[in-house]
Amino acid sequence: MRIKLEKRQEPSKLMQVVTPIASVLLTMVVGVVVFDLLGIDGQRAVIDIFLTPLLASYKWQDVAVKAAPLIIIALGLSIGNRANVWNIGAEGQYIIGALCASGVGIAAGTAGGPIIIITMILAGMLGGSAWASVPAALRTRFGVNEILSSLMLTYVALQVLSYLVGGPWKDPNGRNFPATAPLQPDQTLPILFSGTTVHLGVAIAVVLPFVFWLLMSRSVFGYQIRVVGSAPNAARHGGFDGNQTVWLAMLIGGGMAGLAGALEFAGSLKAINLGFPSGYGFTAIIVSFLGRLHPIGCLIAGIVLAVTYVGGQVAQTTVHIPNATAGIFQAMMLFFILASDIFVRYRVRFIPSAKAVVQPAPGE
Amino acid sequence: MDFLIAAIITIVGISTPILLAGLGELVVEKSGVLNLGVEGMMLVGAIAGFAATVLTGNPWLGVIGAAVAGALAASLFGFFVLTLNSNQVATGLALTIFGTGLSSLIGLSFVGRIVPQFGSVFPPELARDPLLKVLFGYSPVVYFALIMVFAVGWFLKSTRAGLILRAVGENDLSAHSIGYSVIGVRYAAVAFGGAMAGIGGAYFSMVITPMWAERMTAGRGWIALALVLFAGWRAGRLLVGAIFFGVLMWMELNAKAGGLSFLSFAQYIPSQFWAAMPYLMTVVVLTLISMRDRVGLNAPACLGKPFLPAT
Repeated sequence: MRIKLEKRQEPSKLMQVVTPIASVLLTMVVGVVVFDLLGIDGQRAVIDIFLTPLLASYKWQDVAVKAAPLIIIALGLSIGNRANVWNIGAEGQYIIGALCASGVGIAAGTAGGPIIIITMILAGMLGGSAWASVPAALRTRFGVNEILSSLMLTYVALQVLSYLVGGPWKDPNGRNFPATAPLQPDQTLPILFSGTTVHLGVAIAVVLPFVFWLLMSRSVFGYQIRVVGSAPNAARHGGFDGNQTVWLAMLIGGGMAGLAGALEFAGSLKAINLGFPSGYGFTAIIVSFLGRLHPIGCLIAGIVLAVTYVGGQVAQTTVHIPNATAGIFQAMMLFFILASDIFVRYRVRFIPSAKAVVQPAPGE
Repeated sequence: MDFLIAAIITIVGISTPILLAGLGELVVEKSGVLNLGVEGMMLVGAIAGFAATVLTGNPWLGVIGAAVAGALAASLFGFFVLTLNSNQVATGLALTIFGTGLSSLIGLSFVGRIVPQFGSVFPPELARDPLLKVLFGYSPVVYFALIMVFAVGWFLKSTRAGLILRAVGENDLSAHSIGYSVIGVRYAAVAFGGAMAGIGGAYFSMVITPMWAERMTAGRGWIALALVLFAGWRAGRLLVGAIFFGVLMWMELNAKAGGLSFLSFAQYIPSQFWAAMPYLMTVVVLTLISMRDRVGLNAPACLGKPFLPAT
């Protein structure tokens, strides 16, 4: 028997839904086997990483707070990925967004209230977009590969953060610890449910996917992004400007990453220290692929990835594996989802080979 | 004088891992593949080299173990990217996340262990001489890296296999049509890149700080990626670039320790400036390369694109 691939006329809608689910399930199965081989209780590890955060209600708020930045960043990145614009510097844009919000907070001093909070959020979005505009300008003006330039700028952003929190923005009352002063209580995002850590950013992360869905399916802009990505030549003939698409994709991607950074800062952490860069900008790339670059897919995938983060911490205490282990599962999910693209674009046929065809015995 | 000698020895030491990983990635990119998983492969190499040395007691076997582990990690990337045609950028990032997690997990049972060290390649009188140790006092891995600069440069420029590899990276469809196995060449290049990154990672756990710590390569894999671009995809310039980046990293270390008082202007420059420089310089060089088209010809035309033959 041999396997033959037939290209589909159109990507399979069914497979686009089935493959992400299958990838998560396959990751869990492979995870059990691999961990058992390494001498760790694999079943327990997989249950703790994937299921405990969902089953234990006191973990829900952690999942929601972790999912929010992942969803918001992934939404922005999906736009670019659809148009074949590869912004992999979201982590840097996220950091700069948070720093801009923090700058507003510092400038505001003891002033607080909705105006200050809204200004912080807008500053975060502008900061993220500004950081992303560098790769956009270099790509459209000089043809510099945006994958490489946006990645490089992430590491510059890390140093900007390290400089600011260890120098000019260091909390004067902070015992010389490199961190900004914590925000005033009336400068932080409102909490949605009292007694929890679920802040306004979570609500934004739930609403935005639907806004993006409408934008992508109903507007000329959404159409432009889809056409530029899937048929660049047709897009050019149709009058869609490639450079304009690059700019839009980078500015939206950067703006969303900056927004996520500002919300994480003003909603969760309230101060920025050297531990602020958490890799959300990179993990969001996994989210956008696991969500099949669809806004609602990003919402669901963001929750799945947040579960693995929270579950990783659970497994750290129950089966004593390092926190980074959750990364093995996150990477496996991405490996499987990328590999399963083949089922979306191709039809897999199993063709019996000549030898395997059983000849009817004479006389029958 | 003592200060200068100490500085040179430190700079050579911190340049070596990025040089090794950079040489590997250079060959990978020349074959038309962009593997962003360098950091992950270095970490896998770091723990594999450390573990193999602890278990066998022989640092040479450790280096071989690191190379094999790096190549295996790279082959995993190769399987998804080359056989299943998955997206190279995303798969490379996944490899880094995967390698970070896997190395932390395996490293768990090696925390606190110590490894036997390499002996000196040269007679101890030379290696310990206060002056001559600038030339003879390094780990064997450093000399291996230097040899590999010339080996890779010669391979790419002067051998038939190197020509085929460049052809595959430059125009995969043409190389395919005259009968070369594009996928085969790329698998070999990707595995070589992984082996070199693995050895580069092992340099951290076996030579720089002979112990295991989670994420101990501290982002140097990304500097190695920057280095390849900074060097404009040439082996010779990679060596110059590695030393230049080494000087910048050394400036950063010194600025952190407050030891740059010998440069009157430098005390006003924060350590983060030096740390950001390799990346900023790389963006500048990328822009210059893209502006001057002729120089840009060195960038492999098929970099990052999947190979999709018509049949």
